Parts: sequence; structure tokens; C-alpha cells
Amino acid sequence: MREAVLEAKDLRVWYATETDPVRAVDGVTLDIRPGETLGLVGESGCGKSTLGRALLGLTPDSAGVSGQVLYDGRDLTEVTPKEMRELRGPELGLIFQEPMTRLNPLISVEKHFFETLKAHEPGLSKDEMRVRSLEALAGMGIPPTRFGQFPHEFSGGMRQRIMIALTLVLEPKVVVADEPTTALDVIVEAQILGILADLRKNFDAALLLITHNLGIVAEACDRVAVMYAGRIVEDGEARQVFSKPAHPYTRELLRSIISLQTKGLNYIPGAPPDLVDPPPGCRFHPRCPDAMKVCAEKFPIPITTADGQRVECWLHGPESEIPEGGTEQLAREEIATAEEA
Amino acid sequence: MSSESENPLLQVRDLRATYSVRGSFFDRLRGREAGSVKAVDGASFDVRRGEVLGVVGESGSGKTTLGRTLLGLVEASGGSIVFDGQEIAGLSESLFRTLRKRLQIVFQDPHASLNPAMTIGTAVSDPLRFHGLAEDKEAVVAKVEAALERVGLAPAAQFMSKYPGDLSGGQKQRVVLARAIILEPDVLIADEPISMLDMSVRAKILELMLELKDELDLTYVYITHDLATAKFFCDRIAIMYLGRIVEQGPAEEIYRDPKHPYTQALLRAIPNPDPTSTVPRDLPRGEVPDAVQPPLGCNFHPRCPKAFEVCGWESRDLRALLEARWTKLSEAEFEEERAMVGGLEGLDVAATEAVLEPGTEGTPEDAGNMLGRLKAQDPDDPFWKGVEKTSTEEDGAHVRFHKPVEPRSLEVGGAIVECHLHDPEAIEAAERLRAGAGSADGQDDPV
Repeated sequence: MREAVLEAKDLRVWYATETDPVRAVDGVTLDIRPGETLGLVGESGCGKSTLGRALLGLTPDSAGVSGQVLYDGRDLTEVTPKEMRELRGPELGLIFQEPMTRLNPLISVEKHFFETLKAHEPGLSKDEMRVRSLEALAGMGIPPTRFGQFPHEFSGGMRQRIMIALTLVLEPKVVVADEPTTALDVIVEAQILGILADLRKNFDAALLLITHNLGIVAEACDRVAVMYAGRIVEDGEARQVFSKPAHPYTRELLRSIISLQTKGLNYIPGAPPDLVDPPPGCRFHPRCPDAMKVCAEKFPIPITTADGQRVECWLHGPESEIPEGGTEQLAREEIATAEEA
Repeated sequence: MSSESENPLLQVRDLRATYSVRGSFFDRLRGREAGSVKAVDGASFDVRRGEVLGVVGESGSGKTTLGRTLLGLVEASGGSIVFDGQEIAGLSESLFRTLRKRLQIVFQDPHASLNPAMTIGTAVSDPLRFHGLAEDKEAVVAKVEAALERVGLAPAAQFMSKYPGDLSGGQKQRVVLARAIILEPDVLIADEPISMLDMSVRAKILELMLELKDELDLTYVYITHDLATAKFFCDRIAIMYLGRIVEQGPAEEIYRDPKHPYTQALLRAIPNPDPTSTVPRDLPRGEVPDAVQPPLGCNFHPRCPKAFEVCGWESRDLRALLEARWTKLSEAEFEEERAMVGGLEGLDVAATEAVLEPGTEGTPEDAGNMLGRLKAQDPDDPFWKGVEKTSTEEDGAHVRFHKPVEPRSLEVGGAIVECHLHDPEAIEAAERLRAGAGSADGQDDPV
């Protein structure tokens, strides 16, 4: 297995509120390797976007950050803003969800590329910049004849491709893509996912794909990390996680997908917890159909299953840490619609 | 479902809705006509009482406009909508208002559908006040509470004085549903009611909608881009592409045996949460074209892997093919080829005869050579089936396309499909063209 290119260790990010802080990322340990696509999934509000940004040092000034993000021997939570700016782009790239709002309507695509390249690789000649830009665009299926056009002359799907090309023209080692296809139609979405899949083969970039769509993860990712209430509750090889989910939350999330194979409707009762004051013990226990007594009392200890998934769930032990009688089923409170998501 | 003989609750025939497009500033200065978009271009379908019709399409397909036209929120520019025996297309706004007691709509975004300064109780009772049914205050409260409890917001008293900001996305969509059913409508038009919600609550809201349908004897028009939920939820499906219904029929039939290449592509593109599936590779190229200037012939032909002679090949397809080739070349190769031909703008106007002009320093033969390279790259591209003749003339390389034929609606195995692949006449016409090309004029350049 190759060495990780980016590694988070016990990463925490919290936002101040009038009362107690919102702990959006609450002790995440995660790594990503070159050439790998890691899917990060979870319901809205689970902290996945905050985590994606924190990995690139993009948390707002008002947010608190602790733990480590290791990249190339450096801890990104400690580098100066200037160093961070130099890393962002040529080393660490970000692709946003809304392509329409990220391109400047007043300047041409050509100028977007030239400004990006000038800022990060000032030594390039105009011809070199042109060749690099056209290559990046062609890789995304944008013809060179449209280089001089303005953002409004392109469709939504093409604008998203331009955004991706703008990120990739700097050849970053790590790319975080936050719901890159959510605003797009299904055929264009599949086209772009195909391009992203080729990308990791050709560029050897590490890609973190943040999405709420588990279908996309199944098709496009090598590995998947499932996030719930600020924690990674399961992390493993995508095929393995989909065919044999180790955490009840992963299992229930998979069951709630409506796909072409769906015969009956399933859903997870209740809503994700308040991140100001999450439930004690395992954060999923109030919604978990398999909850045991220990789950309401003790925080689960991360454990690696026989199939290789890293999971935070008492069902997988360790047994030595479960108090006597802890494995008895937890009497569950009725969850009313009043508390649903 | 009701019997086949009963008259459909909604009978829509050749419905049209057109938006006029504002041109550029200079167009307006010169007083030039800016054109129009046929958002709905001749839609015909029936919805029977108690049935769920799924209207499925991508953005820009006209599905939302279609839903709004049924409610008079967008004016129909042609065609007919018969609702429960009464023609409603073209009714005045005041007449439509009384009708909306029976025809209600739920929008995609529950956050935007609720006034943030209005309590849930006020929001849900609003339709009663609007239609003058709110004289007895106690009766109103009782009705609102009943509606809230019916959508699962129980105990209702707990929600009456809350504001939308206090609720989760799923709860808000329940409130919107309560507001829609409080007048006891016959038809509910649901425009992407669950697509803004989290995966874990979508199933719950769909289940609620199915319960409401059974309890209140509702008829649904379910507008969505999502073929997976439509499969579960709908009795009949209508697939829309650029304003036209390209395929419709019983849901079971559409999913078992999709007949239009567009339907087939949509089904293939749905991300499948099966760990053994991979990103599909045989997808249609490009994106939905500009609706202001739709393609000639069949709207889907530029992207269709199965298009043939009569599907409507034209000048813009030549430009697309050239540009697709150029994305695969190195920058130097592109510059070389780009110089072989002149401006491409001439190709942007839809025409069945295209002229590839030579570059400023090139000759008409260069343009012809460019065409030759294009064909050599992939002679099996459906585009070449559409080419009747190529020739090199003084002003450049000419490409003449076969005459486009608009696809007709035909019944095929229980579905109605608009596609030449299922039209024996179109297939025969194409065969005649192929036979003719073999013998007749040998003028064709060796392209």
C-alpha cells in the first residue's frame, strides 16, 4: 500500500455560537493516498464539507481547529497563511459545487487560466500557459476553439468542467471535490464522473469526493468514509463497505437509497443530533436499531474488523471494554416525526 | 386504479407553452425580434383519477413549465387541457383561482415555499383564507390541526406556533404538503418534492405522499429528474426532452423495455449503489442543446448513438464533430488543423448544406482535406450517415445533409414513442437513401 499523501490526525473544528460551540468535525483520523479516490458521505450537517475544507486549511478565521493535517511533512493547521496560499493550487486543489458562482462573468476563460497560472507559476511564457490551459480544457472535453469565450456562453456542465480544468491545470497532488456534480443533470454527472475516474489514473492525484449520493461513491470511489455527527464512523474499501457494511448507520443509509432496484421504502428514523450537545456514548445510538446498553454509556472505540473496515461501533467490540450486561438490547425511546430530519 | 373506460381526470392535447427571449442590448436597440423558446412543444397525455403520472426530464426539458401550465401559472400558448370535463387552457386568472381549490402544487424547495415570518398555523390556513373559507375561526384551527396530523406532524398543537426556521427540511416539506391538501384537492402537482431533502428522509416523504394519495383519493403529477424514485412511485411515465414528450407509457413497460435512445441513456446514467457497478462509458455526448435554436429533425439526434439518415443532421453537428476532434489533439496539431479551415461561425446557423470555408492562407482543397481527416478518424460516427454528398467548390468544402424528418408519435408495444428507429416509414426512407447513394451520382469526393 502506498504512503498517504494527506493525513488528518484527531482533527477537530468547531464554530462559536451564542451558547456552546458547534463541533462540526470532532476527532477525525483519516488518510488519503496518491491515485486514490476517497468518497466522504453523510447526511447534511454531519460535518463533511467542513472536514473537506479543513483538510485544505480553509476553515474560517472564527473557527477553532485542533489536531493535525499532515501534508508533505508539514502540519497544515500550523503553517502561516502565506505558506498556505502557496500550497493551495499547485499542491492542494478544491472543486466547488456551484460552478456558476465561481467563474468571473466579466473575464474570458482564457483570462481565468492565465491569471491562475501567473499567480502560481510566474515563470511561464504566454505560449506555455496557452498549451497548459488548452491541455487541461481538452482533458475535460472543452474544445480549444472556445478558449476566448466568456462563462455565460457555456452550459452548466461545461462551466463545471472549466472549473475542474482550472483546478487541474496546476497539477495538484490532492483535490477535494465538494459535491461537484450535484447541480448537474444525470447524464452530464456521469460524464464528469467518468472524467474524474480517468484523472486519478493519469495524474496520480488523490481525490476526496464529498457527496451525499451513495450511488456515485459505489461507481467512482476506491474507498469510502462514512461521517456521522462530526465523526468518521466507518472507513474501508468501497466494495467491502457496500456489500458488508460494518456500522449500522452505513447499513441503514444504504437501505434508505431509492434506486432502480428498490422494492420497498426504508428510512432512518429521527434526525442527526445537534452538534452543540451530541448524545452521550455512540452518537448514533438513539436512532440505531441494534443499540445496546453500552452504546448509550461509553464512546465506541475505533476498531478494525476482520474484513478490514475501520469502524466505531460496539457491535465489533472490543469485548474487554464492554461492561457486564452492556450487550443487552437498549430499550429505545419512540422517535416522533417531530424529531425527524 | 379506475377502470379504463372512465374519462381521464386530466386530458392534455398538443399543449404548448412559449417564452419569449430577450435578445442582446443591441438587438433591442435595433428593434429586432429576439425569438422564443418552446418550453412545452406539443405535449399530449392523460391522467386518470387515482393515478400517478411521472414527468421525467433533465433541466431545460420543460417539465416544470408543463406542471405550471396545468395550473395556469404559465399561460398555455396552444393546445387543450380538459380537467374533469372542463376545458381549462386559456382560462382567465380569476377563473383559475377558483379551480386551484381542486388543483394544487408542491414545489421543490420547502425552504423557499414557506414565508419565514409566518407561523406554521398561519401558513397552512392561508389557502382557506384565500378562498374565503375561513369565517369560523375554530373550524379553521380544527382543519389546520387535522391537516398537520395527517402529514405526520403530531401533536399538531406543538407545531402551530412554530416558524419555518424551527423545522428540519423534511418537516417543512410536510408543512407544504399539509397546506396543499387542506382544500381537499383532486390533483396534486408535485415538482421535485424530495430532491432537496436528505437521502435518509426522501423515502419517508414519498411514503407519506403515497398514504395521502390513498386516504384522500388524490391524483398526482410527479415531476422529477430522478428515474429511480419515479419507478417506485409512478403508474405511468412521460419522458421529456427539450419540450417534447419523447416516450410515455406504463412505468413497468418503460423500465423493462425503454424504446427511445434518450430513455435508455437516462437509465444507464443513474448512479447505481451496487459495489460492482462502474461509471458507464457509453453515454451520449454533449449536453442538452440551446432551446432557443433546437436541432433540426429529432431534438436528440446530435447526442444519439443510434441516429441515422433522416434524423436531422445539419451544419451545427459538423462544428460539434470538428471541435470534439480538436479536444483530442495536441496544441500543435490543433493549430495546424485550425489553419486549414476558416471561421466556423457560418456553421452555427442551422442548415442542411454546410460550407467549411478554407483558412485565410488555405485553399478549398485544405478544407476538403480537413473533412477527410474527420471522416477517417471515425467513419462509423452516426454523423456520416446523415451526409448525402460532399464536394469541394470555390468557397470551400460543401457538405449536403439528407432532408431532416420530424419524428412522429407512434404506438410501440404499449408505449408511445417519438423516434425514427421505431417508425417503419423512416427506416424505409433511410434504406432508399442508402441504396441511392450506392449507384446514382458518383460525384462524391473521395472523402
